[in-house]
Amino acid sequence: MKTVCVVGASLAGLLTARALRGQGYAGRLVVIGEETHRPYDRPPLSKDYLKGVIGEADLALEGDGEDPAIEWRLGVAATGLDAAARRITLSDGTSIAADGIVIATGAAARRLPGTEGLRGVHTLRTLDDARALRGDLETAGRLVVIGGGFIGAEVAATARELGLDVTLVESGEAPLAGVVGLTMAHALAELHEKRGVRLIRGAYVTEVTGTGRADGVRLADGTHLPADVVVVGIGATPSTGWLEGSGVELGDGVVCDEGGGTSVPGIVAVGDCAAWFDPALGRHHRIEHWTGARQRATVAAATLLSGGTARPEPARPAYFWSDQFDVKIQFIGHARDADTVTVEEGDPAHNSFLAVYRQGDRPVAVLGVNQVRLFTRWRRHLETAPAQTG
Amino acid sequence: MIPACPLASLPRGEALRLDVDPPIAVFHTDDGDIFAIDDTCTHQDASLADGWLEGCEIECPLHASRFDLRTGQVDAPPAKRPVRTHRVVVEDGVICVVPSDAPPNLPPGVTLKGQA
Repeated sequence: MKTVCVVGASLAGLLTARALRGQGYAGRLVVIGEETHRPYDRPPLSKDYLKGVIGEADLALEGDGEDPAIEWRLGVAATGLDAAARRITLSDGTSIAADGIVIATGAAARRLPGTEGLRGVHTLRTLDDARALRGDLETAGRLVVIGGGFIGAEVAATARELGLDVTLVESGEAPLAGVVGLTMAHALAELHEKRGVRLIRGAYVTEVTGTGRADGVRLADGTHLPADVVVVGIGATPSTGWLEGSGVELGDGVVCDEGGGTSVPGIVAVGDCAAWFDPALGRHHRIEHWTGARQRATVAAATLLSGGTARPEPARPAYFWSDQFDVKIQFIGHARDADTVTVEEGDPAHNSFLAVYRQGDRPVAVLGVNQVRLFTRWRRHLETAPAQTG
Repeated sequence: MIPACPLASLPRGEALRLDVDPPIAVFHTDDGDIFAIDDTCTHQDASLADGWLEGCEIECPLHASRFDLRTGQVDAPPAKRPVRTHRVVVEDGVICVVPSDAPPNLPPGVTLKGQA
């Protein structure tokens, strides 16, 4: 291969580029990024960056003096792909032909229809989003967060710590119930309520009110929640629009085998945009977690350089973390596979506990809340346990 | 030189956190080597003594960056700066740490107590 083009300049793109160099690729390496920024770390955007504890320089993913000889094309988006010719067209009218392509375009925050052009309504995905939200929160008194996923729960916690009056609107029974299961989600919800977040469960938003600028949120039951700032955290959709009609198979994201190979030879996909085949689950699915992108970058690079003959190691269970208030939440595995969940250490009432999810006798997931040391032992136990298939 | 603990009380595969400023972590590897590094991950406030020891590497318990205990070098983000290493001597069966003169690479938001 003489030219490899990585489309996407965030964690998955940078780490795959670095892995290509690490695995001996010495040819031309181009990285295309839609944002103008060099690769930065997104998890702090809803936490320490939003709180003002760390600055933009702290977000940089590249180390001092790091030089993997990358040709950066930042501030231009990929707009199309001719898969047969392996040619990528760009938003500035130019195009790049490559022998190998890494698709790492990530995902975009889902917006609430009808809020376009309304000031004071935010999503949080990029550094520019975080800058805008941070600025708006400085003068705001009341925040309404729509959606109790990770972004919603973290922004609610951060804003509360900044002294705002915070309401979190969740359509389900409790925030994060989809990932940690209902029992533990209730325990985590209490953490928010004890810290003064007003939590509204089972509620649907019908509109964000206001003219020119948002002044509140209306719920399906007619309740009106006044707000100076509204944050919409209702998930993300894979950024694969530029691949429509390219010949690369798309489903919920770019459909990949268990090594990141797409339906087109010489093209791999990695990160939030990629739905890898998971042998343990028996289906394709996207992992929208930081550690997923990190673990899979090395595999994707090997797949690309070997022409698909590299045998990937079995995928490890998804691990993620979340910091909310003074609580470190860590989770590994799949709660939905579990029949039972038991608290094995500590007490949810004291914000320090570890819960193990089991299917029969087999641990399938673990939740740690301020139990870093014990959680690490469990995480390695689950990561090194023989993979169960079927 | 800081006495850490008797060699016999730190089994292989285990770690010890010394509550100095900044804290120091002492590791006894499965191969029987002893290393000391700053305990705080260079990315965010996490105790590396709580991490996972594998060979000569310690994996941060929060975000899984791995530090080489011999050099302090880090393998992958989110951490990007090396962790400071310290010299270890074992005298009369006691593990002792000779603290480094180099400045520590503490994460943003974490300061030495004397400078807080």
